[in-house]
Amino acid sequence: MTMQAMIDEWYPVGLFSQLDAAGRGTALMGEPIVVASDADGNAKVTGGNGRVLPVCVRYGHVWSSLGAPKKALFSIPEADQTGRRFVDVGVVRVRCSPLRAVENFLDVAHFPFVHTDILGAEPHTEVQNYKVEIREDVDEVWATQVKFYQPLAAKSASGGITTEYMYRVPAPTCSVLYKTCPPRPSEWDVITLFVQPLAEDLCDVWPWMALFDDTTSLTDLIHFQQTIFLQDRSILENQIPRLLPLDPGLEIPTRADLTSVAYRRWLKRHNYTYGAQLVAQ
Amino acid sequence: MKLYDYILSPSCYKVRLMAALTGVKLELRPVDFHPGAEHRGPELLALNPAGSIPILEDGDLLLTESSAILVYLAAHAAPEWLASNKPEEAARVQQWLSFSGRLTASLGCARLHEMLLRPGDIGALQAQGIAALRELEAGLVEQAERGMRFLAADRPTVADIACFPYVALAPDGGVSLDPYPAIRLWSRAVRALDAFIEMPGIHRLHELKPEPHIELGKA
Repeated sequence: MTMQAMIDEWYPVGLFSQLDAAGRGTALMGEPIVVASDADGNAKVTGGNGRVLPVCVRYGHVWSSLGAPKKALFSIPEADQTGRRFVDVGVVRVRCSPLRAVENFLDVAHFPFVHTDILGAEPHTEVQNYKVEIREDVDEVWATQVKFYQPLAAKSASGGITTEYMYRVPAPTCSVLYKTCPPRPSEWDVITLFVQPLAEDLCDVWPWMALFDDTTSLTDLIHFQQTIFLQDRSILENQIPRLLPLDPGLEIPTRADLTSVAYRRWLKRHNYTYGAQLVAQ
Repeated sequence: MKLYDYILSPSCYKVRLMAALTGVKLELRPVDFHPGAEHRGPELLALNPAGSIPILEDGDLLLTESSAILVYLAAHAAPEWLASNKPEEAARVQQWLSFSGRLTASLGCARLHEMLLRPGDIGALQAQGIAALRELEAGLVEQAERGMRFLAADRPTVADIACFPYVALAPDGGVSLDPYPAIRLWSRAVRALDAFIEMPGIHRLHELKPEPHIELGKA
């Protein structure tokens, strides 16, 4: 493990809407930090020895870094689109590698078995061919043309539909999912997974959404996403080894795992190994 | 009947499960427990000063204790889920209904701490949870020796539903169920009940689904 390559990245550390002057103690890559609001209501993040850490506020969350971020936080253009509803789903702690949390988010093959009758159902278990690439110009992992039959794809869906997905990994512990938007076929719903690495095998997950849905109550939207994520949580906590294996010796991927293969390759290329196992044990 | 409900709350799940098993239709009113803390807001505090959910409303009746809600649903729709008039069975049902409060205070709080970052002494909560699980394991082993599969009888009662959710979700709070074979068998028996419903973290028994249809090729 080395922290060096990942230390200059931005990480979510709290909901902007829940900031207070007293501050909330949490951690970033093993270092205790405090996330608070200052006298002017701006977010302020303090590191272990009292040093002031970089801060930005975006997508409902406060972001910070232990190092010196070389670039701005990745952009999500849909976050500025009018008509969307922005949903802070709230934090969930998971005893797993932050990289494993992202990898699970990228997988569709588990839908019928873990999210039964919501995101998938037997016997519709086939993962059709899809496209995966590491986009060199933006340095992001993208999976496109992912199609899956879903009994209840979204709170706004009525009945089963074949849903199309695009996945995007713009930062080592963040993923953005674009998904068929039932009420507006020409647009994509955006569902993100922002992961705060507390330690190599412990993370706080902050899902966030930007949806077109004028009818569902905010609480129902939150509960739909919490249901999905909490179905994943018990699986994530039982994965072995706890760290994400980057040594190809231990596991045999199938075609359905192409996104995961690309994600692991991309992590390895950048030395994003905080939360990874480099040599199979 | 209107249930103030949170999808991730094991106590609310008790009520949803009991209603499903007894065929009672509930009107669900979702409460933004996390991250919104709506249960601590004025509307819900006016209904339940304790600031907890579930809350069940049925006409003039307002119930805020999950065991009382289970008893109400059973009495309303399926009295066979209550104790019979055998003294021992009636006492066992009461014993486990009260005991379920210990599960909430130990395993339930450990889960909230580990999952939703609620404050608490996690070591003490887990230790209390393990003590409660050992007691439950012993109780189920004794029941098995009496030829009974469930906590108070050879049929499920409100006592089983009161205890099942926090036990099944113990791993969410970092407490393993591996050491308790009787609990695992009992959990399987509960999950195998007709009309059983799941909640996030409690998976259905996939092996009870119909066999997938297999196309036989022409050999």
